[in-house]
Amino acid sequence: MHCIPKPETPARLLRAGLLACALAILAGGPARAAVGEPEKDALRFGFIKLTDMAPLAVAYERGFFEDEGLYVRLEAQANWKVLLDGVIDGRLDGAQMLPGQALAATIGYGTRAHIVTPISLDLNGNAITVSNEVWAAMRPHLPRRADGRPRHPIGAQHLKPVVARYRAAGRPFRMGMVFPVSTHNYELRYWLAAGGLHPGYYAPHKGDTAGTLEAEVLLSVTPPPQMPATMEAGTLQGYCVGEPWNQQAVLRGIGVALITDHEIWRYNPEKVFGMTRASTERYPNTTVRIVKALLRAARWLDAAAGRHRKAAAKMLSHSYYVGADEAVIAGPLMGRFEYAPGDRRPAPDFNVFFRHHATYPYYSDAVWTLTQMRRWGQIPDYRPDAWYLEVARKVYRPDIYRRAAEALIAEGRMRPADFPDFRRETGFRPPQDGFIDGIVFDATRPNAYLEQFPIGLKGRDRI
Amino acid sequence: MKTIPSRPAGVQPRRILARLAGTLGRLRPADLGRALVVPALALAAFLLLWSAGASQLRTSLGALPGPVQVWEQAAALWAEHRAGRQKEAAFYQRLRKRVAAAEAAGAPPERIARLRAHRYTGPETFIDQVLTSLATVATGFLLASLIAIPLGVVIGLNTTLYQAFNPLIQLFKPVSPLAWLPLVTLVVSALYAGQDGALSKAFLTSAITVTLCCLWPTLVNTAVGVAGVSKELLDVSRVLRLGWITKTVKIVLPSAVPMMFTGLRLSLGIGWMVLIAAEMLAQNPGLGKFVWDEFQNGSSNSLARIMVAILAIGLIGFLLDRGMLALQRAVSWDRSAVLR
Repeated sequence: MHCIPKPETPARLLRAGLLACALAILAGGPARAAVGEPEKDALRFGFIKLTDMAPLAVAYERGFFEDEGLYVRLEAQANWKVLLDGVIDGRLDGAQMLPGQALAATIGYGTRAHIVTPISLDLNGNAITVSNEVWAAMRPHLPRRADGRPRHPIGAQHLKPVVARYRAAGRPFRMGMVFPVSTHNYELRYWLAAGGLHPGYYAPHKGDTAGTLEAEVLLSVTPPPQMPATMEAGTLQGYCVGEPWNQQAVLRGIGVALITDHEIWRYNPEKVFGMTRASTERYPNTTVRIVKALLRAARWLDAAAGRHRKAAAKMLSHSYYVGADEAVIAGPLMGRFEYAPGDRRPAPDFNVFFRHHATYPYYSDAVWTLTQMRRWGQIPDYRPDAWYLEVARKVYRPDIYRRAAEALIAEGRMRPADFPDFRRETGFRPPQDGFIDGIVFDATRPNAYLEQFPIGLKGRDRI
Repeated sequence: MKTIPSRPAGVQPRRILARLAGTLGRLRPADLGRALVVPALALAAFLLLWSAGASQLRTSLGALPGPVQVWEQAAALWAEHRAGRQKEAAFYQRLRKRVAAAEAAGAPPERIARLRAHRYTGPETFIDQVLTSLATVATGFLLASLIAIPLGVVIGLNTTLYQAFNPLIQLFKPVSPLAWLPLVTLVVSALYAGQDGALSKAFLTSAITVTLCCLWPTLVNTAVGVAGVSKELLDVSRVLRLGWITKTVKIVLPSAVPMMFTGLRLSLGIGWMVLIAAEMLAQNPGLGKFVWDEFQNGSSNSLARIMVAILAIGLIGFLLDRGMLALQRAVSWDRSAVLR
């Protein structure tokens, strides 16, 4: 589509040309982007009582689901296993999910089912907390800042002598995480291994799914809301979990947070929204509409320089959603993290829902999770680089995301600048260097990435 | 009701009760006064002890809540219930608007019908959860009675059958609901594959667990009641040459009714007690799930809210028992009328 040039100055001519092209795109936009009526409009979504279920609560409470003609019921699930089974057996139409759950189910580690994710839900949001007893043993040896507070980030090398003392006394050192393929498991393992502590291998081909072979620190699964109580009972010496269950322990005086996951890997991908591939194919319009509603919710959470976060904390404190005290939820959500009672520090990016393209389902995020599954033996054998990319493409679905984003742009609800440039986006973030151990992650070369770790399986290693 | 925070809770009610008792005492100096005063004093003493003792006991969720905090949370739960109802009303208003818009736009009738069929999807309130619990226990109890009463009559009339069933009854009677639950969950999941049924799996699992646990008192008591029908009455039926059915309906059942109702009362009590545990594990959205969710939430109000639930559970259990007692009395009166 071209406009007839009038005898004008070159600058005005260029401007007119750009305007015409923009108009052409806008005019062509709605026809291409319009999403039909939802094929299924009464839906049940599962979530776990965590601060980062916020996009679901916001999409419901602010009517974004209803705007899409979707009548959604949100149901808290007892643990991640129940949630995954619910999605697989159809009791749930979709759920807030751990990226590893979608990937593991698709490659058949655990329950096999083809799960896909058309949208990521957030970045960061986790932390590692230890009991008061462990903290008391660590604290005197930590490097200090001028004001006497411990210098951050605190590496696991400072935990190493404490673990050694436990082991010398014949006491196992146990830490909790929320699910074998959870980001929490991989972040905790990453942090421990970066500090020279071996978190143990899995060997599924030998029937070992405990993940404690050769382990110095024994990791086990505990549902998020039960973490503080389990640590208080002395069953765990520490854990890695999402909010509010770190702040809950700190504010109840039963533990101290050592490090947030943003300090382990800056802007690390966290939850995704997972559905079975079958349901995305049977209900394509419904799927796109779900993504549209979640995108609006995520943007609302990050909009207005975080001024909506207070309202979000109040919403989440409802006993039906997260149910912890509003003050406990509000801290990190509003950019303040309390590491120890009284030691409150700014953490503006503790929860990122929309900025930094947090919602785009990057293939590279999937590849990182897969490399960690390989590193710790959940994938017992060597896989070529191409395999990692192929699995990522099977599970992460930026194509659905793009349809939803373009529909929102066409409706005038969002701007193209809110999203990655879809024409040029490859789905791979540039090599990332924000890790605590300084190792660079290049998603296009997963095996070369694994070679760099002193602790962990690589190449053709096999337990 | 507003309480004055500076004064220890329980003082005011006690004074009011004392005055009330005095008034009643003047009116009727006999038993009635004492029947009211003694429990009232005991209740006041309990509240005092509770509020004094609770503040001494510290948990990681703060001090154990006293009567005042529990009352506040009861009020908060009621307020949440009202707010939930308002949100529900607002939802239906929006839905009606959408239906009207669709009709104005000339949407096909099946689309409008589908739109109209949508139901509010917000969270259950505390009151909803109480109602769910009641519905679950009623279902489980009815199911148990439908099995236990006929079976009890049959084995009560026949000594051989009684001997055959007795070991089984003795074997299953003491089994805890927590032991039944995993089995019931799996069986329900296997047999009740359809998801769109009117009843949720969690509801069925809880109700069937209740059935399995509250079957036994009714069964045993009915059997004993039937077996204990007086010889004379049975002789009369033989003289009159009554058929088996007539004999059972006219003679055996009426004389077994008191025992049967004793069994039913015990069964309902057990059913209500078992229900809370079953709901907790099966995640049936009733009182049991409420208690579990609050435990998981770990907010500073959680303990007080759990106590509200405990009191509600106790009160409802008490009312259910009174209801059964009233029913038993009514039916026993019938029986004497028949015999006369």
